Amino acid sequence: MSKPYTPTMPRNWWNTNSAFRFFMLRELSSVFVALFVLELLCFVSQVGRGEEAMNQFLVTLGHPLYMIWHAIVLGFALLHSITWFNLTPKVMVIRRGEERVPDVLVAGSNYVACLVVSVVLWWIVGG
Amino acid sequence: MAKSNEPIVWSLFSAGGVLTALAAPVLILLLGFAIPLGWINPSFEHLSSLVAHPLTQLVVVALVSLGLFHWAHRFRFTLIDLGLHSLETVITVACYGGAIVGSGVAIYVIWL
Repeated sequence: MSKPYTPTMPRNWWNTNSAFRFFMLRELSSVFVALFVLELLCFVSQVGRGEEAMNQFLVTLGHPLYMIWHAIVLGFALLHSITWFNLTPKVMVIRRGEERVPDVLVAGSNYVACLVVSVVLWWIVGG
Repeated sequence: MAKSNEPIVWSLFSAGGVLTALAAPVLILLLGFAIPLGWINPSFEHLSSLVAHPLTQLVVVALVSLGLFHWAHRFRFTLIDLGLHSLETVITVACYGGAIVGSGVAIYVIWL
């Protein structure tokens, strides 16, 4: 029996055109989003430890380096949200009767949902 | 035919993708900018009662766990696509293993 054929790709295949580079950035967004959810977990844990712990955590987050970090994280999170929302109509084909619901409506409803979630979370946290 | 775990990990990846796509941007704005810079000033009492609420705890555990599984799935295939075919098993175990450990930490921190 021969082994299955595995085509070899040059190591830098992803850096050979802009669509591949964009694909890599999109995949990389998951790293930043994952680091942020861990940060959120740390914050929740500090709030659980008391007022002083929470305030100390927030002072740290106020440092300019953290501002830069969060600007980068926000950029990647938005990239994830936008690419994810725009992909849904391709992954999930919704039909109404015989008609296919237009992609723009399926994607659009995601943006509306995101806006609603954002406003509600801001309102809940802001108190 | 061998049983595949792909549908399970794909579901976790997908659920994490949806949840983080909806909630991550606003949470980053809140925790990264609005609260530290004082755009909003929620009191400690408000935040501590918020994080003690069972629904908040469920959402945080779900965000952390599913967010990590989303990462694991993407990172696994990204590394393999970059040419690390020979390490496929190690990469797969490390990625999902990391997500499982992270989920355990979240459950421990929030509920135990």
